[in-house]
Amino acid sequence: MKNSSLTMHSEASVRSVPLVLAWRRPLAARLDRHPGAVFILPAVLVILAFSIFPLLASLYVSLTRLSFAEGGVELKFVGLDNYLKLLVGIDRTHFLGVTPGLTVASAIVLAVIYAGLGFLLVRYIRGPALTAVGLVGRLLVALVAGAFAWLLVSTLLTTGRPGTLVVTIIYVTVDVAVQYLLALGLALLVVQRLPGRRFFRVVFLLPMMITPVGVAYLFRMLTDTSKGPLYPLWNHFGLSDVSWVTNPWGARLAVMIGDIWQWTPFIFIVLLAALESVPEELLEAGVVDGANRWQLFKSITFPAILPATTTVVLIRIIEAFKIVDLPNVLTNGGPGTATESLTLHAYTIWRALDIGGSAAVAYMLVFVVTFVGISYVNLFRRRVAAMA
Amino acid sequence: MAAMRGWHRYSSIHRPSPAGMVLSYLLLGGWAIVVLFPLYWLAITSLKTPIQVNAGPFYIPFRDFQPTLESWRYIIVDLGADTFRPYLNTVVVGLTSTTITVLLGSMAAYGLVRMRYRVRLGAIACFIGALAVAVAERALGNDDIAFWMISQRMLPPVAAVIPIYILFQQLGLLDTWGALIIAYVAAHLPIVVWLMRDYFHSIPLELEESAAVDGASPYRVFRSIVLPLAVPGLVATFLFVLVFAWNEYLLALFLTSANAQTMPLTVAAQNATRGPQWWYMSVLIMIMIIPVIAMAIVLERFIARGLLVGAVKG
Repeated sequence: MKNSSLTMHSEASVRSVPLVLAWRRPLAARLDRHPGAVFILPAVLVILAFSIFPLLASLYVSLTRLSFAEGGVELKFVGLDNYLKLLVGIDRTHFLGVTPGLTVASAIVLAVIYAGLGFLLVRYIRGPALTAVGLVGRLLVALVAGAFAWLLVSTLLTTGRPGTLVVTIIYVTVDVAVQYLLALGLALLVVQRLPGRRFFRVVFLLPMMITPVGVAYLFRMLTDTSKGPLYPLWNHFGLSDVSWVTNPWGARLAVMIGDIWQWTPFIFIVLLAALESVPEELLEAGVVDGANRWQLFKSITFPAILPATTTVVLIRIIEAFKIVDLPNVLTNGGPGTATESLTLHAYTIWRALDIGGSAAVAYMLVFVVTFVGISYVNLFRRRVAAMA
Repeated sequence: MAAMRGWHRYSSIHRPSPAGMVLSYLLLGGWAIVVLFPLYWLAITSLKTPIQVNAGPFYIPFRDFQPTLESWRYIIVDLGADTFRPYLNTVVVGLTSTTITVLLGSMAAYGLVRMRYRVRLGAIACFIGALAVAVAERALGNDDIAFWMISQRMLPPVAAVIPIYILFQQLGLLDTWGALIIAYVAAHLPIVVWLMRDYFHSIPLELEESAAVDGASPYRVFRSIVLPLAVPGLVATFLFVLVFAWNEYLLALFLTSANAQTMPLTVAAQNATRGPQWWYMSVLIMIMIIPVIAMAIVLERFIARGLLVGAVKG
């Protein structure tokens, strides 16, 4: 390495490079030989230093009981206590929810879900693409998905009530699904050559630009049943004295509407950029072949925007899991803990100075998101990438 | 001119029938109302007195209530420096961190798209954060690095703030622009990498290859060919990251106090002991979004321009 750079140096001076520049040669040459490292290292190093350290530190904190002693903090290692408290201990109803026994109807629903999972597994095992790693991965996914299904069914379809984990999963599922469908529809409308389309494109971006805390307060104003703009509506139904905040599903709906309002633009703009780059010639060729609009969309447009779709959905899923401002400001997590998300859960415990417990909740969230993210990437995104 | 050409090219496919046009406008108009009404409510709330806000819903200025600029005067004139200082902080931190993030992020994204990386298992000790690793016994490739990066977004900030706080305390950066800029760059890099990866993927390899054959270094190819072609993606990404940095709340809450405080904190501070001061809050939110909206209007053209279409098949 040293040798070669020296040779290059001497060669360079043979070619009578100005002396002033000569000292830069070895470095420049070295950079030229490792473009890969130069491109990626700055980002990796920043993330290592300022994301990895907090990540590891939090993991350790989640295994401790942190107390504020004089002139600093005191960490007492307690092992998995913080986690056990959430799963089987006193915080179980807060985190997982109340799970009474299954009723007949909910047992049937659960059985159907399990049958579906089993069917997918059997199809994979019989299929041609069977590998050991793939099988183990899918078994694991099926197992965890089955556990989530049990939790959802036994808190939502029975007399039980959901904990913060289930509430967060509901938020993420409903929010991202609705946001995606709305955004796709709007992007398809705006990509048309309509006069005035630029106006709509800019207007549709607006909600994303408001600070989330501001959006939360804005929706608190809007949903006020006695002073908000919808007062005539509430009054008409005789609801002006009742607060929707007392109804768990009403409150959750308000939170979800706020989130959908704010984040649909994010998916919208990414899909729009992707739609803009679909080659027109492909579509024209499709028209020549006599395809109708739906066929054009299904076999040309949609596959073309699939890579962007899968990326933006993954990012939204990850961000949606961290929802906190809306439930905090809008409902303060209530009634009870009906609208409390995992991050808000972590935040309330944290305000009560149980820092270790808070970190444990946060890490539970990390585990769930990681599981969802890895399954998503492996089962879905890779396949899309292979298709493209 | 460009618009004319665009119109011509798209005319056969994207011009809807008259009935389709009416329906499109109805749907677009409907969503525009959904988007604009809350903003309208914000705007008129900023023109109301506290008494008017509390007396119930009033919809139309001059007809339903007498608008006043009292709240605007209070925020901009009476509070003067107390509003200006956080505003300046928000602008500086937002623009600086976004520029750095987009630059470093697109470099990494380009590397991940066009070069091959093999991370040796020995190096994984540093990568424990790569929660994805558990799956595999193989050497890690580009996809794994990308996933590792995005996994950095998974930890809710509330759990990470204490270590971050201690880190910046040790560096002596608390309550400075530097702390926020570094924190935001680290926080938003993964998003840039992920979004730019897709845009770089869609750039035709032939252009880069022919430039390389002509003797251009990878850096030159990146700077003079790849980046210009990716402008729509870069602009969209820049706008996102700017919006995130502009509006970030939790990290700012922990890392700043008087000096480097940003606008989202000022907004939240209006929820005083007497209850939320809706009128001041509305003014603050309004002055926060106006520059971002202006930027979106200016940059929208770039996002819209389907530059790639011409480059790929033209």
